[in-house]
Amino acid sequence: MGILDSKVPSGPLADKWTEHKNKINLVNPANKRNIDVIVVGTGLAGGSAAATLAELGYNVKTFCYQDSPRRAHSIAAQGGINAAKNYQGDGDSAYRLFYDTIKGGDYRSREANVYRLAEESANIIDQCVAQGVPFARDYGGLLDNRSFGGVLVSRTFYAKGQTGQQLLLGAYSAMNRQINRGKIKPFNRHEMMDLVLVNGKARGIIARDLKTGEIERHSAHAVVLATGGYGNVFFLSTNAMGSNVMAAWRAHRRGAFFANPCFTQIHPTCIPVSGDHQSKLTLMSESLRNDGRIWVPKRIEDAQAIREGKMKPTQLKEEDRDYYLERRYPAFGNLVPRDVASRAAKERCDAGFGVNKTGEAVYLDFASAIQRYGKEAALTSGMKDADDKTITQLGKDVIEAKYGNLFQMYEKIVDENPYETPMMIYPAVHYTMGGLWVDYNLQTTIEGCYCAGEANFSDHGANRLGASALMQGLADGYFVLPYTIGDYLSHDIRTGKIPTDSPEFDKAESEVKDRINKLMSGTGEHSVDYYHKKLGKIMWNKCGMARNEQGLKEAIEEISALRTDFWKNVKVTGVADGMNAELEKAGRVADFLELGELFAKDALTRNESCGGHFREEYQTEEGEALRDDENFKFVSAWEYKGEPKDAVLHKEDLVYENIELKTRSYK
Amino acid sequence: MRLNLKIWRQKDANSKGQMVDYTIKGVEGDMSFLEMLDVLNEELINKGEEPVHFDHDCREGICGACSLQINGEPHGPDRLVTTCQLHMRKFNDGDTIVIEPFRATAFPVIKDLVVDRSAFDRIQQAGGYISVNTSGNTVDANATPIEKEKADDSFYAATCIGCGACVAACKNASAMLFTSAKVSQFALLPQGRVEATERVQNMVRQMDLEGFGNCTNTGACEVECPKGISLENIARMNREYLNATVKG
Repeated sequence: MGILDSKVPSGPLADKWTEHKNKINLVNPANKRNIDVIVVGTGLAGGSAAATLAELGYNVKTFCYQDSPRRAHSIAAQGGINAAKNYQGDGDSAYRLFYDTIKGGDYRSREANVYRLAEESANIIDQCVAQGVPFARDYGGLLDNRSFGGVLVSRTFYAKGQTGQQLLLGAYSAMNRQINRGKIKPFNRHEMMDLVLVNGKARGIIARDLKTGEIERHSAHAVVLATGGYGNVFFLSTNAMGSNVMAAWRAHRRGAFFANPCFTQIHPTCIPVSGDHQSKLTLMSESLRNDGRIWVPKRIEDAQAIREGKMKPTQLKEEDRDYYLERRYPAFGNLVPRDVASRAAKERCDAGFGVNKTGEAVYLDFASAIQRYGKEAALTSGMKDADDKTITQLGKDVIEAKYGNLFQMYEKIVDENPYETPMMIYPAVHYTMGGLWVDYNLQTTIEGCYCAGEANFSDHGANRLGASALMQGLADGYFVLPYTIGDYLSHDIRTGKIPTDSPEFDKAESEVKDRINKLMSGTGEHSVDYYHKKLGKIMWNKCGMARNEQGLKEAIEEISALRTDFWKNVKVTGVADGMNAELEKAGRVADFLELGELFAKDALTRNESCGGHFREEYQTEEGEALRDDENFKFVSAWEYKGEPKDAVLHKEDLVYENIELKTRSYK
Repeated sequence: MRLNLKIWRQKDANSKGQMVDYTIKGVEGDMSFLEMLDVLNEELINKGEEPVHFDHDCREGICGACSLQINGEPHGPDRLVTTCQLHMRKFNDGDTIVIEPFRATAFPVIKDLVVDRSAFDRIQQAGGYISVNTSGNTVDANATPIEKEKADDSFYAATCIGCGACVAACKNASAMLFTSAKVSQFALLPQGRVEATERVQNMVRQMDLEGFGNCTNTGACEVECPKGISLENIARMNREYLNATVKG
């Protein structure tokens, strides 16, 4: 086991969480009033954790870099949230959701955490409905469901293509209630610059007020990091422009181990890159794969004609199209998990079948769904012999009701009408399964420093299933962390307020200021974006959808050299004691330049393919991922030792007591 | 495309601002409006100047961070989009584009095009929630069926992104569309009825305290709203408010 203790409770899987909650220490309500908790990040995990912690009686301070908690990037999640409610009566259960998640993660996540997640999932839906989250309903007034990739049941709850928005606004409203009661003090437009440890325990943070540039000290009895993922290490991703790794990375530098950094999700259905000016990529929800069929031309000359604009996709006959997912994976078809769908798209495009100018796009086609829905709608509205035009129109109406906002978004960006011609899509960086290592209580390797949501590593293994991120964020925040943290805080009831005038705070603050000064004093050769784009290119080409030993070794060298250059030559205009967007970016990119190298090192160490981590050397004859359970059935947890190349690997062996390890098959 | 830009520059909240002229070349139709500003900023940085500050984050039209008054219209000339989803193909070579921050007493300028919209947060804190514990143990989600039409209307009201375009579009800088969207979302659901009276009173009180103007039914807010939030919400809030006043 080494020095990593996952603290998974003993006993049968289904009883672990209940038993654990029964046994952990509680803090009485009067004492909770004397305990302060800092929550960094106000997305689904942070916002919900802050709300419940305040509800329980703790004094909470929240921090977010946005001007309002309502803008955290959880807001952009589109398709839905999974819950084992079995409202559809299609055989769903907590066990099945647990099983699908472990299998979807390619057997690289921790059984007990995932089971707890599945167990709490149903509770989330009840909670959100009580808070007034307007989920989609059927005509009988009950909640509606849809399907997502990698599963054979309909367990996804949704609010059109804005599920993340509705859930986040739910958490935001719960926060607002507590702010109104004075139990949460929000610090918006603030960025955490460092974690402060006193006697080995997390006791506060150094934050920068992004409006004034002022450096502030904030103390607490525990610090919760819910700061999201690090997909922006690739420069282009579906993350928000400001999404960053700084808080997690600062904690890592202070002693929190970083787990599985190379486990990154490349989402199969994003709008393809259009040019060098591109600042970010836009996702088209996985829910579209319920009705859209993915294809490329069967003949390479047709693909070429389409690329050159000599042929339109709608002119290609049915038999001349290659619905490659349906062909390769008949059981799951277009609803295979994301890693599988992404690799399959790359394989076709690499083979020369791509359909846009750059050759990096495949079609997502709704024509047959429009016909299918149109016929059904004609029948249910009593039209026995409706003509083709009517059927098509009725079908389009159904599609619009289901995915209207996504189709509109596509049309605005690409300037093509997806009701008339198939969408073009290509994989893009979307989510990071890796993150700070946490035990069953969501505590990192620093005492008193907790981590929730995408920022931790625990639930999704090497690949996350669709509609599971929202589930994890809210389960961690509303129902898990507020209880597990009580066990730790029960030892702090006599501690009293943590002073901020200690030498530890002095030192942390002066280090933060030194770092800012250093960033401001580069020679001024290149902008921050220049470095960020260069880093992104290295990551995408050498640590992206397919990786190999040579490429990863090169990436490590190149990123290290780029980092040295950055610190010497970066140009940050403006001043440090005022609003300065360039300085904010510089601090974030500086940390990406360290994380990127650790990422490559982690990928190089993992000599197997699993989930989103595909090493070209390790694949089956059919090009599927070849896992090596004998040698790599563990979580990689990296300890900071200075430069990323010196990071030390600790292994948490993954124990599967309830699920038999199998080769994942979606055929 | 080559464009002439007139951009509001203001060092900080206490300084006086002014319009500054810039020329930008090589703009492509596929660029978003903010990507066009990225190109300008890269040029400014390379010249050693401070880039133009503006709020932005998700760049997919949902976070509500981006704003900008473009040629006098919040989020520019296109309909049902935020500035980040406005593409340069909507402009022509040689155009002059005037870019200002959202203007309202309740939205003071922080720097350049960045304004302080925390007044919106305070309106929400005054009552934009249902007072339910967040620690679980509520009733089953399907225990109360809700008419699909009402659930859908509640959802449409709830899609407000809190960008402030309604305020910027209104000659009175009224926040009625924003406030009424949240009041409506809850008023349409059985869960929200319980506190309906206090909610509307508290939220309207805060709205007035923040210095937003009154509604005179010009409908500019609905036209400029990037999410198409309907004026019906204002009518519903007025009804709710009247009911609450009668009830006391």
